[in-house]
Amino acid sequence: MADRSPGHDALLTTGGRGATVELRDVSKQFGPAVKGTAGAVNNLSIEVPPGEICVLVGPSGCGKTTTLKMVNRLVEPTSGQVLIDGQDVQRIEVTALRRRIGYVIQQTGLFPHQTIGRNVATVPRLLGWPEERIRARVDELLRLIGLEPERVRDRYPSQLSGGERQRVGVARAMAAEPPVMLMDEPFGAVDPIVRERLQNEFLRLHRRLGTTVLLVTHDIDEAIKMGTRVAVMQQGGHLAQYAPPAELLTHPASEFVADFVGADRGLKRLSLMTVDDVELGRAATARLGEPVGAARARAGTASWILLLDADGRPEGWLSVGQLREDREITSELADPSSPIFTHETTLREAISRLLATAVQTGVVVDENGRYEGTLSLETVGAALRASAAESTNGAAVPSGAEPATERAQ
Amino acid sequence: MGFLGQVGAWLSNPSRWQGVDGIPNRVGEHLFLSGLAVGIAILIALPLGVLLGHTGRGGFAAINVANMGRALPSMALLAFALPLAFSLGLGLGFWPTLLAMIPLAVPPILTNSFVAVREVDRDVLEAARGMGFREWHVLSEVELPLAAPLIIVGVRNAAVAVVATATLGALVAGGGLGRYIIDGLALQEYERLVVGAILVALLAVAVELAFGIVERLAVSTGARADSAQRDAPETASPR
Repeated sequence: MADRSPGHDALLTTGGRGATVELRDVSKQFGPAVKGTAGAVNNLSIEVPPGEICVLVGPSGCGKTTTLKMVNRLVEPTSGQVLIDGQDVQRIEVTALRRRIGYVIQQTGLFPHQTIGRNVATVPRLLGWPEERIRARVDELLRLIGLEPERVRDRYPSQLSGGERQRVGVARAMAAEPPVMLMDEPFGAVDPIVRERLQNEFLRLHRRLGTTVLLVTHDIDEAIKMGTRVAVMQQGGHLAQYAPPAELLTHPASEFVADFVGADRGLKRLSLMTVDDVELGRAATARLGEPVGAARARAGTASWILLLDADGRPEGWLSVGQLREDREITSELADPSSPIFTHETTLREAISRLLATAVQTGVVVDENGRYEGTLSLETVGAALRASAAESTNGAAVPSGAEPATERAQ
Repeated sequence: MGFLGQVGAWLSNPSRWQGVDGIPNRVGEHLFLSGLAVGIAILIALPLGVLLGHTGRGGFAAINVANMGRALPSMALLAFALPLAFSLGLGLGFWPTLLAMIPLAVPPILTNSFVAVREVDRDVLEAARGMGFREWHVLSEVELPLAAPLIIVGVRNAAVAVVATATLGALVAGGGLGRYIIDGLALQEYERLVVGAILVALLAVAVELAFGIVERLAVSTGARADSAQRDAPETASPR
């Protein structure tokens, strides 16, 4: 069933890296009589740089899905232009265009009568790849999304779980290494635990592939987590704000955006920051087997000392008042209830765990579990206020230039 | 000797198994006529139903028209077909019977192919178009395979109805198993009548079973309803 069409070589050569997607003054009206119909889009302009994830978010009927479908021409705009790497999609033959744009929808749209292997092979087959190459690519993709090719290749979609089907939907969309991927509520049909896992997997995958992604969701938390840029849309298909997630949270452009991101936007911002973004505190430390006197001398005025084992891993806190001069320090004396964080821990998680324990201070460790510093509620608060002040001054708003590193996991 | 014994004796007469009025020839005539009628009905109804289902337009109007054919009694159809066959110079027997059977076979095939294609999951079709399928590929690679089970059921219903009804052909001097029934009545030879009736019933059941086998062979495992949700480990999403 392969067929090739002429006249779109520019698009065909971009495989493997992301393309720039630009929407210029795009509008879509459905029928002349009905103004403000659900799904209409009004003079929308967005530019998505290569390799970024642009999330379109808004209440239902705000035109976000219509916007997405105008990129692969499932919906034709009433006016305006959609450009991929500067090329007007109207000038590209429609099937050729779509074969170079990955497309993932909520209910996966997997072909129920075809095996998983054949589903994943769909676009390569349309493009007329040789059988050998298709087979190798299918196995590679299945492994990439964490499914064993031998187990799932010859199964049918109905024989997989919802989460597995969703992964296969993503694999199918990536099969021909499209420079652009469109995802319409891709994680909407699975339960919250599976969704969280799929989101993290996709971010990891995206970091490797560098595809430009446009993703539609109605869930602001998903938008903030997944997006390097977020386009908030409101009824009537108007763009309310287009900004990196941190800026959206610190500086909502209108009442509508402020309401939509929620009164807890300070907390939401915490999920964009990690322990890495905070100046760590220092605690007095003691080693196992050390005489109490030496430790006490080091504690100075502090009433708590952090006990480390021989490798520098934290054992727990020692209360200075309870230490007896004539003893050696043993691990039984230490209170181990303090939460342990790594550099990747989001501040949101850190706060939540700090609040859940009696201790006000958490211990930050490196990748080998060795003590590095401490983190308290006060330091988190200070960091949050500092980052808000920083973006107010117009300086150093995370611009998405390094999208992979600032994203919450 | 009971009635069953008389039937047995009638059947064991070797002359019943050879010649124009022998059982093998009558079964052959019956199957040929039914097969041809269903074949022609498929050629008319399947493309029409599939096309209407694909475009989603005008389907119900077409089905209503076709169902009027189903509402007409087969005897009446035969009565209409007879003068038509005469005027076309086709004569008695085979042709008028064939003409009367086609309107009987069209509605189930048309209705089922329309509904089967129209009911294919919209998400699956959108995914297919979104990946760059041409309309022709959407039809041949997605809609038809997924519609196949229901279409086969439509053809099966048509075939069973035609096999049962084609007996009427004997009224207009046609062949087939109807001969035994009509002649048995006329001659008051009830063994003949009963054998004819039993053979028609057996043939209808055999056709039904044969289509079951066709469906097993022709329909992909994944498209079959009974494979749904089989051994899915995680909880599948509610749809």
